[in-house]
Amino acid sequence: MQTQIQAPPKGWSRTEMAAMIAAEVTDGWCVNLGIGSPLEIANHFLPGREVVLHSENGVFGMGPIQDPPVDTWVVNAGKQNVHLRTGASITDHATSFAFIRGGHIDLCVLGAFEVAVNGDIANWTASHDLSSLPAVGGAMDLAVGAKNLWVMMQHTTKTGEPKLLNQCTLPLTATRAVDRVYTNLAVLDVFDGAFVVREMHPDVSLEQLVEWTQGPIVEGPVPEH
Amino acid sequence: MINRIVASAEEAVAGIADGSVVMIGGFGDVGQPHHLINALADSGARELTVVANNAGSTAESGVGKLIGNGQVRKMICSFPRFSKPFEERWAAREIELELVPQGSLAERIRAGGAGIAAFYTPTGYGTALAEGKDVRYFDGVPHVMELGLKADVALLECWQADRWGNLRFRTSGRNFNPMMGLAARLTIVQSQHVVELGDLHADDIHLPGVAVNRVVHIPYGDPAPASSTRERSVA
Repeated sequence: MQTQIQAPPKGWSRTEMAAMIAAEVTDGWCVNLGIGSPLEIANHFLPGREVVLHSENGVFGMGPIQDPPVDTWVVNAGKQNVHLRTGASITDHATSFAFIRGGHIDLCVLGAFEVAVNGDIANWTASHDLSSLPAVGGAMDLAVGAKNLWVMMQHTTKTGEPKLLNQCTLPLTATRAVDRVYTNLAVLDVFDGAFVVREMHPDVSLEQLVEWTQGPIVEGPVPEH
Repeated sequence: MINRIVASAEEAVAGIADGSVVMIGGFGDVGQPHHLINALADSGARELTVVANNAGSTAESGVGKLIGNGQVRKMICSFPRFSKPFEERWAAREIELELVPQGSLAERIRAGGAGIAAFYTPTGYGTALAEGKDVRYFDGVPHVMELGLKADVALLECWQADRWGNLRFRTSGRNFNPMMGLAARLTIVQSQHVVELGDLHADDIHLPGVAVNRVVHIPYGDPAPASSTRERSVA
């Protein structure tokens, strides 16, 4: 008899994931937050943390989203009003992407539809033939340019299908780019053709994680390199 | 005497021909030349190719108004989503889209204005957006060839300008505006403030007036606040 795959638990909330990521960012880093759920990470840096948040439109040193806004001239990549922290600076768009492509951004956190064990990421269109309106923004530049690429995403689709895969099925954003994935169920490093478990939600067992993931899963930690 | 100040938005956009390639500054509402776009809409110029990061949001204003009016044949942009007029024209196959990664878009515009015909970037390698493009390896890393972009006209917004056309932008309003100013044959600016020559310190000028042809003083005010913490994408 075929055993039915159990639906995954809810796991960590988006807010909890954002707080976990903020806590694991190294002080002194320059960090770009992609549009969507990663922008919430900006709300979780405790006072005193000196992390420079970069937005692709040329803002270095942005603070959290402000509603209502103090200054509507300052926006993040999602066009939400944010404020400038003391020490902030502004560049034009070409210079901003020179920082990105030139390898001057320590970390980028993006959302994704799919991530593969080889580090491929798909996050810009859910349509295989580009027939629905595609929109790429700055994700392709960030994925190849940032020194570290972390992804923040749900571990499965709403129906329990894996989004961590042997191979991406959707159009790629970048090849071999992802270093780490934060999902509602686990934190995994993408290393040597496997998802290496750093941490699991308390309601999840390793056996279950294997069920809800395509592609090899091994227990961590990743060797220092 | 150099005087690039003109009296009205209508005068500023005079002479933009059908079929022109028009670059429009702004990232969302911020740094977007709304009044110049309205004047272009009123001018009735058609078959335009518009280069901008976004495709607007509604048909009431901005790039979306030009699209809604049926004045745009082709958009070159990185993020056309959340634009109702664009989505409608796209579904009806009435508008062309050249989708460009945002950093490649910015650099293509910069290159166009800097006399660089093409460049190689790692961005987009192995993706659908690099299909058909020349690929070369530098230091073992695959790079995709992208072409510089030039325009007939650039429409910009800035915070302060003087009669020489020297420009200073305000915070996120800088975005695509300075490099579009260099990439166009005719650069037209709406400025919140017009100041006396010499009031802008040479160190504080973001775009020298040599790149600028016409400036119109439009004290447009602050961009509208984002209505909530929900993301939006307008241009």
